[in-house]
Amino acid sequence: MTGGTWKHAPGFYVGDRPQVVTSRFQYEDSYTLERYLATDGYKGLRSALARPANEIHDEVRSATVLGRGGAGFPAGNKWGLMPQEVWPRYLVVNGDESEPGTYKDRLLMERDPHQLIEGCLIASYAAGLSQCFLYIRGEMALAQERIATALNEAYAAGYVGKNILGSKFSLDIVLHWGAGAYVVGEETALIESLEGNRGMPRLKPPYFPAANGLYGQPTIVNNVETLANLPWLLNNGAAAYTAIGTATSPGTRMVAVSGHVNRPGVFEIINGITTFRDLLYGEEFCQGIRNGNDLKAFVPGGGSAPWFTPDQLDLPFEASQVGPAGSMLGSGAIMVMDSTTDIPRAALTLTRFYAHESCGKCTPCREGGTWLERILSRVVDGKGTDADLDQIFEVGESICPGAFPHASNEKLGIAAVPFPYRMNTICFVGPSAYAPVHSALTLFRSEFDARIVKRTMIKVTAVSE
Amino acid sequence: MARLTEENVRLAREIIGRYPKPRSATIPLLHLAQEQDGYVTNEAMSHIGELVGASSAEVFGTASFYEMFKFEPVGKYLINICGTMSCALLGAEELMHHAEERLGIKMGSTTADGKITLERAECQAACTEAPCLQVNYRYRYRVTPDQLDSLIDDLSAGNLSSEIPAHGVVASVRQHIPADRAVGAVAPELVTENPVWLDGKAAL
Amino acid sequence: MTTIDTTDTNDLPPQDPNAVSITINGRTVEARKGDFIIAAADSVDEYIPRFCYHPRMSSVGMCRQCMVEVEGPRGPMMVVSCMTPVADGQVVRTDTPQVKRAQEGMIELLLANHPLDCPVCDKGGECPLQDQAFSHGAGESRFVEEKRHYEKPIPISDLVFLDRERCILCDRCTRFADEVAGDPLISFTQRGNNTQIMTFPDEPFASYFSGNTVQICPVGALTASPYRFKARPWDLEQRESTCTTCSVGCRTVVQSSRDELLRYQGVDSDPVNWGWLCDKGRFNFQSTNSDDRLSSPQIKSGDSFAASSWSDALESVARVIRHSREGSIAILGGARGTNEDAFMWGALADAAGVTMRDAQLDDGLPASVFSYAQATIDSACAGGTVILLAPDIKEELPVLYLRLRDAVQKKRIRLIEISSHETGLTKYAWKSIRAESGTAAGAIPALLVQADIAAQLASGPVVVVAGRANLAESASHSMDALTAVLAVVPSASVLPVLRRGNVRGALSLGLAPRNGNDAATILEASAKGNVDCLILLGADPLSDVADVDLARRGIAGAKFVVAIDTFLTASASHADVVLPAAAYGEKDGTTMNLEGRVTSVVQKITPHGTSRADWMIAVELMTLLGHESNFTTLADIQHAMSAAVPGFGSTTTAVAIKRDGVVVSVTPPSSAPSATSVAGPRNSYEFRLDLSRKLFDRAIGTITSPSLANLASEANVFIHPLDLDRVGAAEGTNVRVSNSHSSIVLPVRALSSIPRGTAWVPFNQIGADVRELVRRNESIVDVRIESM
Ligand SMILES: Cc1cc2nc3c(=O)[nH]c(=O)nc-3n(C[C@H](O)[C@H](O)[C@H](O)COP(=O)(O)O)c2cc1C
Ligand code: SF4
Ligand code: FES
Repeated sequence: MTGGTWKHAPGFYVGDRPQVVTSRFQYEDSYTLERYLATDGYKGLRSALARPANEIHDEVRSATVLGRGGAGFPAGNKWGLMPQEVWPRYLVVNGDESEPGTYKDRLLMERDPHQLIEGCLIASYAAGLSQCFLYIRGEMALAQERIATALNEAYAAGYVGKNILGSKFSLDIVLHWGAGAYVVGEETALIESLEGNRGMPRLKPPYFPAANGLYGQPTIVNNVETLANLPWLLNNGAAAYTAIGTATSPGTRMVAVSGHVNRPGVFEIINGITTFRDLLYGEEFCQGIRNGNDLKAFVPGGGSAPWFTPDQLDLPFEASQVGPAGSMLGSGAIMVMDSTTDIPRAALTLTRFYAHESCGKCTPCREGGTWLERILSRVVDGKGTDADLDQIFEVGESICPGAFPHASNEKLGIAAVPFPYRMNTICFVGPSAYAPVHSALTLFRSEFDARIVKRTMIKVTAVSE
Repeated sequence: MARLTEENVRLAREIIGRYPKPRSATIPLLHLAQEQDGYVTNEAMSHIGELVGASSAEVFGTASFYEMFKFEPVGKYLINICGTMSCALLGAEELMHHAEERLGIKMGSTTADGKITLERAECQAACTEAPCLQVNYRYRYRVTPDQLDSLIDDLSAGNLSSEIPAHGVVASVRQHIPADRAVGAVAPELVTENPVWLDGKAAL
Repeated sequence: MTTIDTTDTNDLPPQDPNAVSITINGRTVEARKGDFIIAAADSVDEYIPRFCYHPRMSSVGMCRQCMVEVEGPRGPMMVVSCMTPVADGQVVRTDTPQVKRAQEGMIELLLANHPLDCPVCDKGGECPLQDQAFSHGAGESRFVEEKRHYEKPIPISDLVFLDRERCILCDRCTRFADEVAGDPLISFTQRGNNTQIMTFPDEPFASYFSGNTVQICPVGALTASPYRFKARPWDLEQRESTCTTCSVGCRTVVQSSRDELLRYQGVDSDPVNWGWLCDKGRFNFQSTNSDDRLSSPQIKSGDSFAASSWSDALESVARVIRHSREGSIAILGGARGTNEDAFMWGALADAAGVTMRDAQLDDGLPASVFSYAQATIDSACAGGTVILLAPDIKEELPVLYLRLRDAVQKKRIRLIEISSHETGLTKYAWKSIRAESGTAAGAIPALLVQADIAAQLASGPVVVVAGRANLAESASHSMDALTAVLAVVPSASVLPVLRRGNVRGALSLGLAPRNGNDAATILEASAKGNVDCLILLGADPLSDVADVDLARRGIAGAKFVVAIDTFLTASASHADVVLPAAAYGEKDGTTMNLEGRVTSVVQKITPHGTSRADWMIAVELMTLLGHESNFTTLADIQHAMSAAVPGFGSTTTAVAIKRDGVVVSVTPPSSAPSATSVAGPRNSYEFRLDLSRKLFDRAIGTITSPSLANLASEANVFIHPLDLDRVGAAEGTNVRVSNSHSSIVLPVRALSSIPRGTAWVPFNQIGADVRELVRRNESIVDVRIESM
């Protein structure tokens, strides 16, 4: 490997598959207005403006554009949840990408900012939104610069602002960036943050943003990738869109595979069809586990997702199959652990993440997350006791009462507990601190027991040899 | 220093004007203050409170929630080494130890010459390029200990100053909304009508 | 066998569209749409544990202690009962093993970082965390990690200490400061496990309402300096009472231990204070415990006082009364006592033929203000428009400020403020209109017919909050302004905001001026030698009358002065006989607030020294004067009062004891309408003097309460920044403030909320006394300001 580059995000691999959102990634200058216009840029917007807004909304609805931020709720339906005749309504673009393992929105923002801008315009036109805020993660300087430049170009060229392309449609898109807080990715926290407050999630209901969002007005929060789908959709139509993927999961989706694979990378895969085995072992994807090692476990949908083992490799990227198997697809982030992985330590990196990122609002998350982290690091350091392992489940029970989802495992003879879980917290950060340690303890108990019995001092190095 | 300069107040007012409610500009203005002084001073927070209509305590409450805002001076270069799962699986901890040894400081502290601050960071959205780090929010991917050494050499020698602005500047490009193109932000309570293009027909 | 009578349904009352019926643990509970489950459960005493929920603030669902189970389409769901609204047919269980497990788990987590220093904690024994750990906890902690550590209690204001280790981050104090008080000076800082409550560096939690945060803190994280380490809750005895510091009449509990007052807590009275108190009302009980209290009667001999027996002192007073010329006895005051005190003194005055009496000190409004259609706090806050022709409500009637602010924030009412300078309510006003003192009445007719204002006034009920804003401006200007408003909006009702605790009671029950002989007239008569006996009933004209020269002359001119007071006030020290009076907390009775609400005040401790309740003194004097009086107990007086005062009815005894009291409608004898005043034009080089009160000043109850004593500020004259330039003075330097009567020297300050041409001087602060410039016969006061 050649070390770092200050240029835009690396790691994307094109394949012999449809490219809905990554078609310009092949160009070095993919982020310029010039390249954008040369490759059908703002054509979708033009065709949208020529049609009534509600027709565009219907088109998006019938294409079933699933939300790519984590929950997978269809965008067209979400827009339809806004109360009638309440103005103004806002669009908040969720570009806060911070879920462990997730790496796709940054690519889309750095490499094709105009596509995102066009998506925002189409959504705002269709749903009657009067202002758009593009909330980008604070630590992404380059993405901010690329979007700022693109917006400046687009304003100057008449694609954004007053009377866009000479039409009655007017929209300001305001670039806004955060300042480092994972939880702000949660949509109600995002709105709080955009209002200038501490990014603490609001309880919902009754605060579904579509009904009661920014400044208490109807607000659509959509993920960057979700909106990036819209220009292609407008150019090619809902039928072409649904022709890709399956009926319940149409289109493509961007997936980042990281960890112990031969070729970690970001891929635009076909929704509902591509399996985890394809991804991890396929020649056009990750080309197998590094050093020919065995696969030990993988996180299928971002750090919050319960873990899978090789038993689940043949599941496709389809929520209706992954949920019953005990996990979720989340944000399209797969983290792969090979046979050398120190499982308790790997779990600790995630539990620590969520404990650190708790907003501090809910008692179980604020106190329980840190407690889990403390116990786990004691266990990892070889100073844990049996009681500590029991206590992990006790604390977990206080965060998420009842059965917590996990995968089936043939060897262990355990059956899957399906996703989702019940929770005592407002948002998913609290449960997410528990998910990795719960999976690790359920699926790899012996590794924890070994730590305790032998009281080994682990040398502080990488998580695996 | 400390309160926002005249030029920054002008910028601040422009930024505030983009939002339907002034409070929304709090985080952008905190970034502006940090850009000005390298960290966020108490005086700047009070000043921001005056500008957006919040108490100093509220501004501090907001500011201290977010990782990126520093309330004491940090190094000119802030090196954030990612320690979350994907990076940890590929040697992040080793890299952190190496950095600590090389600079002779612990994670979370600043070198004696005030040049470099070292911090452990959480997932930076570059997971396929692990282990990764950021210098003042500019990425370095798949960083080996040797590469870290030469990075520190370059930073110390000032070789990268054209690529990496001093701590406080995040994006070096600002959004500019030309007055003749701006729609303008309106307080939500003053909006009573539906968008004009929605009157059932196409916008054109 | 049941028979169903189908005709019955036709007779059912129409269904309340907001009525909702839910089941809690199998019991049917009636609730209203929008209620939260926790409130519905409270209404039937099904207690759900909670920390962050407070019925008077918005729910945040922070602590997660109040989780309950609600039957859902996919089986029982855990929900936070403090944020989940009721829905018709909802099935709630608060007693299942799952709920119990969740509640225990939450307690365990809350205790994880809590220091458990209950034995040395002020809250120990009355601590919701401690109590619920017993009632809803598992009884053991498995948390073996190191706890969070913070610097031990740090002062966040003059009155409040914060111990962050004890804090469970319930958001109550911060929500109170922001939502209720409008002083968001404390905030959460940091994040996650490091979240803590803090003020901004060097900006203390300087709120008039800070004590409420101590009261609502569910642990011992916030403590009040006057109470710290003073007592354990199990040593406290308490009774419910009413605060009489100002005329809002907030309900309180008065707590004492070993015959010493130790603490006041707010009680939630729905029509009045909603549980809140201001810091002055909460903490000035300290003055009752003061060592400076008068403890025995004093008789002047030469230049000093000598302690005397009650019988000697009373006899000397009776002798003076007996020998006074007809019509030469005057009684000033009574507004600081109970209704019973006022009634007895009124009875004494009637019996002794006293024609000169006034419960106010030329600083209020004529009692005729009670003859208009009267509003209540609730009716003012319910909806429509409130027109403020009043002093700064935040400074003078703090909890009324909270109520009005809340009504504006919740968009129930719109405020139209007409004032000479900005007030605490200005930023909540829909329209805030500056009218220089003396000019409001003239401006009002044109103002109120402006299209948008007229439309607003026509859109719903209108309440005029009427009081005396500027003590250097005569009351007739205030009354003229009120009349001008009522001329435009005849249907408006009036909420009179007179300030002293029981001023309405005293005026209603016998101490209102007769025949226009108000305090100023009385003092003038006294100055002319026409008063043989001047009785100061808890009144201190030298400190409170705006025309201090008049007060001085009046007291000096009286042949004999009797002061009945708790302290040797400025005026009392000029008395010939001083009688020690029982203070608040030392006597039972009733009081009447500004809306005419009668509630109880209670005795909690033995009166200081030999001091006695005012009514007892009156009864004794009546007996000595040979008037028949059958009053030996408070109940006797209350019966007589109910019988004698039309409108008072049978309220006092039984009903007033209840928390919310009763609103009575008594019309005191109304003096002849005051003459209309016209303010002359102001010279361009002069400033119009604006003299108004702030919450903390040199009032006797404040300076004798150690924790409040240093909250008064230095006297300053405030003018607009441009005027400061015009005067040519630098900020903070001394200027000469003068008119033809006198001249004083004060530091000058620039304040942009003061209009040009106005000079604002807060009343009774530390330093030169601006009252030297005030003359009662001038309806407004103009002054010259010169740099020195
Ligand atoms: C703790 C938490 C973090 C989240 N972070 C992100 C994020 O970084 N980016 C994102 O798009 N959605 C994130 N989400 C999901 C958002 O709440 C929201 O569902 C999404 O932005 C909706 O967009 P979509 O419908 O287009 O997917 C997060 C959710 C939670 C609970
Ligand atoms: S679960 Fe955690 S992060 Fe989410 S709202 Fe509660 S405390 Fe905040
Ligand atoms: S009382 Fe309901 S969450 Fe705290």
